[in-house]
Formats: sequence, structure tokens, C-alpha cells
Amino acid sequence: MASDPFQSADTANAVSGPPSASDYAGDALFRFIAYACALLIVVLVAYILWKIGGQALPAMQEFGPSFITGTTWDVSKGDYGVLPEIWGTLYSSLLALLLGGIFGVAIAIFLTQGFIHARLAAVFRTIVELLAAIPSVVYGLWGIYVLIPLLRPTADWLHETLGWFPLFSSSLNGPGMAPAALVLAIMILPTVAAISVDAFRRIPYKVKEAAYGMGTTRWEAILKVMLPTASSGILAALVLGFGRALGETMALAMLIGNSNQISVSLFAPANTLASLLASNFPEASGIEVEALMYAAMVLLAITFVVNVLGLMIQQMTMRKFEGKK
Amino acid sequence: MNATPEAALDTAAQFSPQGEVVMDCKLDKIFYGDFLAVRSSDVPIEKGKITGFIGPSGCGKSTVLRSLNRMNDLIDIFRFEGKVTYKGQDIYGKKIDPVVVRRYIGMVFQQPNPFSMSIFDNVAFGLRLNRFKGNIEEKVEKALQRAALWNEVKDKLKNSGLSLSGGQQQRLCIARAIATEPDVLLMDEPCSALDPIATRQIEELMLELKERYTLALVTHNMQQAMRVADTTAFFGVDISAGGRTGYLVEMGNTKEVFENPQEELTRQYVAGEFS
Repeated sequence: MASDPFQSADTANAVSGPPSASDYAGDALFRFIAYACALLIVVLVAYILWKIGGQALPAMQEFGPSFITGTTWDVSKGDYGVLPEIWGTLYSSLLALLLGGIFGVAIAIFLTQGFIHARLAAVFRTIVELLAAIPSVVYGLWGIYVLIPLLRPTADWLHETLGWFPLFSSSLNGPGMAPAALVLAIMILPTVAAISVDAFRRIPYKVKEAAYGMGTTRWEAILKVMLPTASSGILAALVLGFGRALGETMALAMLIGNSNQISVSLFAPANTLASLLASNFPEASGIEVEALMYAAMVLLAITFVVNVLGLMIQQMTMRKFEGKK
Repeated sequence: MNATPEAALDTAAQFSPQGEVVMDCKLDKIFYGDFLAVRSSDVPIEKGKITGFIGPSGCGKSTVLRSLNRMNDLIDIFRFEGKVTYKGQDIYGKKIDPVVVRRYIGMVFQQPNPFSMSIFDNVAFGLRLNRFKGNIEEKVEKALQRAALWNEVKDKLKNSGLSLSGGQQQRLCIARAIATEPDVLLMDEPCSALDPIATRQIEELMLELKERYTLALVTHNMQQAMRVADTTAFFGVDISAGGRTGYLVEMGNTKEVFENPQEELTRQYVAGEFS
């Protein structure tokens, strides 16, 4: 029981009193659990890094930086390099971010800016979020059996008529960058859309009033006022979407063609780090396992850098637009 | 007051403005869905004067003010019956786009609501919106000076408008509204979120602004109306029909309304017997 300096004769029968010992104990316990949970996450991340790093260490010592600049992955020669995978990871994710970002933000605007009734918007939002519930392998199958046949006529036509243009410089023979990036875009769409919707919803009504009060049309209000106001939230959505695209494995392993080459062509097969790990691990042994661990470290580093950069850009926009330190 | 005998029988005491009427609001009924929010109120807004709207909560004074630049059109269930003329045009006319109305009749809101962009961009917003081709810097500076904010922000025009204090933000909103030189400026309780010092500054600003612009001011603060308004419209709430319908009780020179009200309800309100 804590001391109660206010407990005197004339207030002795008041209802007010100090918190009991068990109230204080509960307080301390809750604080301990909160700290423990936070610490656990840090420990977990450190442990994963340490384990993977430890496994990758022999490969790191053997190949050094040439692992990152190398372009072949030849188990028989013991020659390991992941530049094509790094390129494929970044290229496919950027394409997906471009497509998924534009569509995701457009959907968020459509759902929040009074284009449709609120109840209908909720239904739409649920449908978009359902996209996130479809398993990766189902996307992969859908890509193989539906998307690739669907893309082929357009891809062939583009290659034949605009083949001089680097983006269309090869023909689509089954798996390749275009179907992989498209599926990836669909996969990050719900993330981008849902978080952007929240960013738009957080804008107070008075901002909308201010915009219309200045005599803006609906489009001017959205493009010149609502979009800049929601920009830090939208950036957060894009960073999360990009992070998801970088690490996506199964659908890409099925669709990208797992070919070690660097090409800007949308129809050429390529490879990503995550897909390389997924397809090579089952049969790997010895130094190849260590090389794969090294590749995993590279992927981790890329994801880390992207997230930190994204966060910095977000902070910058917040400072610029919202005046927060 | 030049009340005619016929008008005295009416619920609203008739007010005959002396000067040029820039906006004439002849309101018949305002509905939100089935709810009759305001009825029969004639509110002429005179050029170069401050017209104050006072009255108890729920009397529809804000609703009437917001119907003067069609801000209420943002609410789906809002319906306006009557006529509001500005420069001889009914702003509720079939061919009139509310967006155009709002470009000529500016508004300052209860809560300061600068856009999340720089101070400069906030003030330049209306200029860019109207594709102003002249010297934007000069116009922005002039607007900020008229809003009595220039000295405080001239060295940090690139900072976010949201980094300013509440009173500064409200003056920024006034600068944003007057940058395009609208004829009429509507102010919906512009000081209700501000401290006394900031309120004082805004009130002084209003008195300066009326040299150039016509102002209509909704206020919950009777002293404020007494300090700044030339003409005062007092709205009351009619609960006889079961709902709460606002209507214009009395309108006249501010001094008259406060010192010699024609209606009993006005007398009770200005005496502070209810609010």
C-alpha cells in the first residue's frame, strides 16, 4: 500500500484512496511484458542474422565481393555470382511497384474520395484485401496457365513491331519478366491500396472543406490537396509494397524463368534472389549451401537498405509538408 | 430601424440596408433531408461592411453563412429553397457551378485549416488555381501583409504552413482566402479555436479588411459582434413545430440590435439570459 498524504480525519470517509499494492504490481508486470516483447523482437532479428551470417561466412571469405559482381552460378565449376539475381530482384520489384503503386493509389482515391457510396466502398475494399489472401503458389499457377497465354499475342506483336526498343527486344517464350512483374504487382496491390486508403481516411474533413472553399473542382481538390496531404502515408504504403515484392518467392520462382541473365527486355526470362534460394536449396550441398546463405544475406541487405531509404524519404516529406521535426 | 407596420407583423423585423447590397440572401427554406434547418430569413450583405451573424447554438447561423458560397453543397442531403443573388445572379441558378461561386466568395473556417504545404504555396494556391499569370511572389507578399502575417513568416516562407501557431495558421488561411482578391469573405467563427491574443489580432485584421472586402462573420461571441460588426443579424431557434428550426429574428445596425432590440427574444439573448 502506498502512503497517502491526503488521508486525514475530515476526508477519512471519502471514496478516493491510493491504488492498492496489486494495482502497482499489475502496472510493473505490464511494463515488464511490454519491454520483454520489444526486446524479444530485437533478439530474434539478431539471432537470425547471426545464424545466417555464420552459415554464409565461409562463402563470404571465399568469394568476397566478386560474388556480388559475378554473373554465373555454376555448381560444377564452383563459380558463384548473383549480379543477375540482384538485377532481376530490383527490376521485377520496381516494375511491380510502378504498376501496383499507380493502381493501388488510384483504387484508394476511388474508394475514399466520394466516387461511390460508403457501403459499396467497403465491399470493394474487402475484395481488394482478398487479393492478399490468395496463396502465392496459386498466383504462380494462375500466371502459368492464364496470364502467360494471355500475354503472348500482345508480347509477340510488340516484339515484332517494336523489337528495336530495348523493353521489347526478346520474344516471350513462356516464363519471363513481364508475367512475373504483373503477378507481383497484383500481389502488392492490396498492401498499397489498404495503407493508402488509411492515409486518405486520416485527412481531416476540414482539409477537404478548405480545398473546396478555395473553389477547386473535385480533381483539383484530390490532386493538389488530398494527394500531397496523404503523401507520407502513401510513401509508407509504397515502401511496404516494395519490401513485399523484393522478398516474394513462390510465384516468382514459377513465373520468372530462373535464367541467369541481365536484360531490360520485359519478355526475357530472369531470376531473383528469393527464387534462386527456393529453387536451388533442395539439391544444394557443401559450398553451394554457404553461397546460398550469402545470397540470402545480400537479399536481407537490399531489403534493409530499401526500408531505411523509404523511411528517410517519408520523414523528409513529413517535414516538408507537415512541418514535423 | 425603419420597420414598416406590415413588416412588424412578420416574424423577422424588416431591415432596410443603407448602402450597396453586394449579396442578397432571400432564404426560404433550408433542409437537411426532411429536417427543416432554417426558414424565411432575408439577409442582405452590404458592401464594405462586416455583417455579424449571432444566435444560440443550432439557430442555423453557420448554415446560412455556408449557403452563401454553396459550401453546403458538399453535404448530399442539403437542399436550399430561395434565392441568393450576387452581382445580380442567383448563385443557386441552374447554370451556376458551385466551384465558380466559391472562387469569388472566399471562406475562412472555424478551425484553421492550412494545406500541408509550404506557407508560400498555401497563399499561392488560389493564384495557381486561377492560372494567375502575373507576379505570384508579389501577390503572396501583399496577401500576407494584409493578413498581418508577413513580418512573422517572411524568412520562412518555405516552412510548412502547419508549423505555425494556431493564430498564425488562421491568419495564413485568411491570406490564402484574400490572395485572389475575392469580393466577399465569409468567416465562420474564425476565432473560436484561438486564444484571446490571437482573437484580438484577427479582429483588428477584420476591421482593416473591410476597407477592401465585404465580410460576413458568424460568431458565438456577442462581444466580438459588438466590437467588429457594422450590421448584426440575430437568429433564433423555433421549436414550436417539433423540430429545431432556425430563423432570422432581427437584423439591424449592431448598436441598435444590442442597445435597442425590437424583439423580446433578441433582448433576452443580448442580455445574456440564454445562449
